[in-house]
Amino acid sequence: MIGAGALTTVQDLGRPGWAHLGVPRAGALDAPAAALANRLVGNPPESALLETVLGGLTVRNAGPGRWAALTGGGAGPAFWWAAGAELRVPEPTYGVRTYLAVAGGIAVAPVLGSRSTDTLAWVGPPRVVDGTTLPLGEPAAEPRALDVPAVRRPGGLRVLPGPRADWFASLDPLVTGVWTVRPDSDRIGLRLDGPPLERVREGELPSEGMVLGAVQVPPNGQPIVFLADHPTTGGYPVIAVVRPDDLWQCAQARPGERVRFLRASRG
Amino acid sequence: MLAEVDSPEESAALADWLADAGLEADDVVPAARTVLLDGVDPGRAMALLETWPGGSAVRARRTVDIPVSYDGPDLPLVARRWEVSVDEVVRRHTSLTFTSAFCGFAPGFAYLAGLPEAWWLPRLADPRPRVPAGSVAIAGEWCGVYPTASPGGWLLLGTTDVALWDAASAEPALLAPGTQVRFVSA
Repeated sequence: MIGAGALTTVQDLGRPGWAHLGVPRAGALDAPAAALANRLVGNPPESALLETVLGGLTVRNAGPGRWAALTGGGAGPAFWWAAGAELRVPEPTYGVRTYLAVAGGIAVAPVLGSRSTDTLAWVGPPRVVDGTTLPLGEPAAEPRALDVPAVRRPGGLRVLPGPRADWFASLDPLVTGVWTVRPDSDRIGLRLDGPPLERVREGELPSEGMVLGAVQVPPNGQPIVFLADHPTTGGYPVIAVVRPDDLWQCAQARPGERVRFLRASRG
Repeated sequence: MLAEVDSPEESAALADWLADAGLEADDVVPAARTVLLDGVDPGRAMALLETWPGGSAVRARRTVDIPVSYDGPDLPLVARRWEVSVDEVVRRHTSLTFTSAFCGFAPGFAYLAGLPEAWWLPRLADPRPRVPAGSVAIAGEWCGVYPTASPGGWLLLGTTDVALWDAASAEPALLAPGTQVRFVSA
């Protein structure tokens, strides 16, 4: 790593199965973009890659030439990354997070079955910093053609009622409101600003398990969509849950951007 | 899917029972009054839940003794609120057997149930910016041991050297849900 950028981490499919011990699942925040990057370079879906925020990552290939691919804000076909060549990840044209997959995958030692770095409790490989050297695995297959449109169309975030929807008069203020992405959004949650969601029930909620995509409402009424590094339990009511296939949009929503929620049909 | 139960002990028992019954899930997360069933087939999970006999008996797991230096800054406060001496606070805390009901807040941080309701005390109104690793503390219905240094508002009774979390181990949390815990004066 010549320059690690604002925040660069190793990610894969994450480590589900440890939430009962307080370990977040982690994993690539924009899962479809990460899957595409691995596919382009011929890696299996569970291969580890780099996730970086708003460009600025500069990496030198210290080994032999390899196929590599960049996805995220946009996506291009796999390219040959020559031995010794420096690769600079540009700021994405839209979105926040870019994925760099290299044939063979990043071969750091797994922790609890995953190579993902969790930024809440820092379980997993350490954060990538300037000077970090990362080992690569053996390439498994030939690169593949870009098989999906490079531009994905964001829509509203489809939500189902959450386990504590009855702590609120209705879902209407959530789904009719226009929400602004706050700059303190991160891998833990997409933090939103808008008309405060008011509770109809007072009191404290005993800590309970939280799912990926939970829309948690703290006392200030400003919702937080829980993303991959979210705490495994929480004490604020969950009004709604974002459908898993819409979560990639949360990974790519820039501070100041507006987002909407849509009521999803069940299933 | 979120199953509601009456107590943390019942939550730990249900999570145990679901594991023994072979429920297929990404995660089963016991908590204070619920068990989260994440990544399950709702129909199958519901059918299984309907056959749960109930109760709060956890699977016989190991008992862990935790040596504590009772030198916490909140001991005098707890003694005042309980209207007893500091020695009596230590005697009471070491007389109990706690059950790890669930983990959360940080990897390996266990919420230990078993404090009698008459001894429940609210957390500090003004949390400390840094509670040292190994701090043994109480708040509300819970007792807990901080695996790493972090901000916290629980009442600090003492400290322990016991390692609570080792990500390289097959069983990374010393106080996994269901573990029986006793504190002994070091």
